[in-house]
Amino acid sequence: MRSYAFDIAHLLAGGMVVLSFLLLYQTRITAVLNVFALQSIVLSLSVAWQALIQDAPHLLITAAIALVLKGFVIPAALHRIVQKLGIHREIEQVYGGGPTMLLGLGLVALSILLVLPSGQNVSLLVREDLAFALSVLLLGLLMMITRRNAVTQIVGFMALENGLVLAASGAKGMPLVVEFSVAFSILVAFIVFGVFVFRIRERFDTVDVSNIDRFRGGRGN
Amino acid sequence: MALIVDLIGQGVQMLLVVALAPLMLGITRKVKAHVLRRIGPPVWQPYLDIWKLLHKEMVLAHNASWIYRTAPYVIFGVTWVAAALVPTYASNLMFSWSADLIVIVALLAAGRFALALAGMDVGTAFGGIGSSREIMIASLAEPAMLLVVFTVALIAGTTQLSTIAENFIGGEVGLRVSLGLALVAFICVAIAENARIPIDNPATHLELTMVHEAMVLEYSGRHLAMIEMAAAVKLVLYFSLLACLFFPFGMATADKSPEALAIGGLSYLGKLAVLAILLPIGETAVAKMRVFRYPVFLGGAFVAGALAVFLLFVSRSL
Repeated sequence: MRSYAFDIAHLLAGGMVVLSFLLLYQTRITAVLNVFALQSIVLSLSVAWQALIQDAPHLLITAAIALVLKGFVIPAALHRIVQKLGIHREIEQVYGGGPTMLLGLGLVALSILLVLPSGQNVSLLVREDLAFALSVLLLGLLMMITRRNAVTQIVGFMALENGLVLAASGAKGMPLVVEFSVAFSILVAFIVFGVFVFRIRERFDTVDVSNIDRFRGGRGN
Repeated sequence: MALIVDLIGQGVQMLLVVALAPLMLGITRKVKAHVLRRIGPPVWQPYLDIWKLLHKEMVLAHNASWIYRTAPYVIFGVTWVAAALVPTYASNLMFSWSADLIVIVALLAAGRFALALAGMDVGTAFGGIGSSREIMIASLAEPAMLLVVFTVALIAGTTQLSTIAENFIGGEVGLRVSLGLALVAFICVAIAENARIPIDNPATHLELTMVHEAMVLEYSGRHLAMIEMAAAVKLVLYFSLLACLFFPFGMATADKSPEALAIGGLSYLGKLAVLAILLPIGETAVAKMRVFRYPVFLGGAFVAGALAVFLLFVSRSL
């Protein structure tokens, strides 16, 4: 069982989980964007490796989409947005860094425990891939919850989508159409987000979403 | 005859760690001075310092109890024992059976306990604040260290250092993201335990930031020499532990021929020198942290360690 193919797949998928934690930990906006770009690049490497060991050439297209779109285009666009908003030097207040990390650890443990008993007839590689993909997904959700800045919330959403692609690459026989439509919807979502960030900024003079709570009747700060 | 050879092998290692300790401190200081564009004292300066301290008069506070007087020897003793157990140039020396990772963590904790007691013994404000900070750092660093121990133990199937090193030299371990994470966590813990930047500055006497120096502020003469020596030996201990756990290559294992031992010794010295050069460069690149940031830094180490264990668990039990 202990083979080279498995070790490299483990390394890449594990690396994605680690980078998700780095996203949670990081408070500087430009650094968050760079970590996200790195995670997308690792994702594309992981998918490409899956394509090699599964002998499924269509996964290479998925890898290419992940690399170009999420490794370079979206981070560059986010960098532009951050520059235009003038928040590129901002250090974000994260709700309790320590508890968030512990919560993240709990989520990873949860996803491992969830995938562990699922079907003994699935191969080791697929199950491990699923466990890691689920934890990347949940960590992306956690990041969306804990962040206040609209831009880093977008990054959380994108990281969540990275987890989805990782999960899909492990499962055999995902049609290419699905992958294309997911990539396309991500792009559309990104454009919508981009427009929204500027609208929020125009309306409320900030992209800190906790300020918006005030208008809903919350406490705000 | 075989017994004597074994004893000599172990004795060489025991003397080696103590003899090299001030040199390592000297190298780190020299490199740091160079990075900061200064000349710095010669690399053998720590030897001279310790020699000087050993011959100076000792000043004791009136209310110093026996704890204060014995603590330096206890600290030096346990640190030396721990350092002498970690395999350096060869595995399977005479006392290697007792060189368990958890034993080493416990020995270091005993030394820290003695130091914290001594810091509070005289009753000055500085000693107390230093002790409380030291214990806070220890309580954060130790869980992370234990997770590193678990990671390594899960991969190697044992917590005995010699066996771990031999397993890792064999190269059957393969590519593991867990080991990388454990290395990161270990480095964070080592920085905190050795009172280096960004946790503590070994060269400062600024009261706001002192941790280690605050506890030993009252010491002088040969007591101070013992404590400084213990700090130096601790640095060598962490260097050797890093080399033994993560880069054991070159160490003499079953083959105890003179050539193998020479290769082991040279590679050990080389590893120490590389680490002693890398440490001050890393220290210069980062700024000292506020005390309130320590939990985040060491919490990061803890998370890395826990993640390493989780990832290992996945690849193992699925």
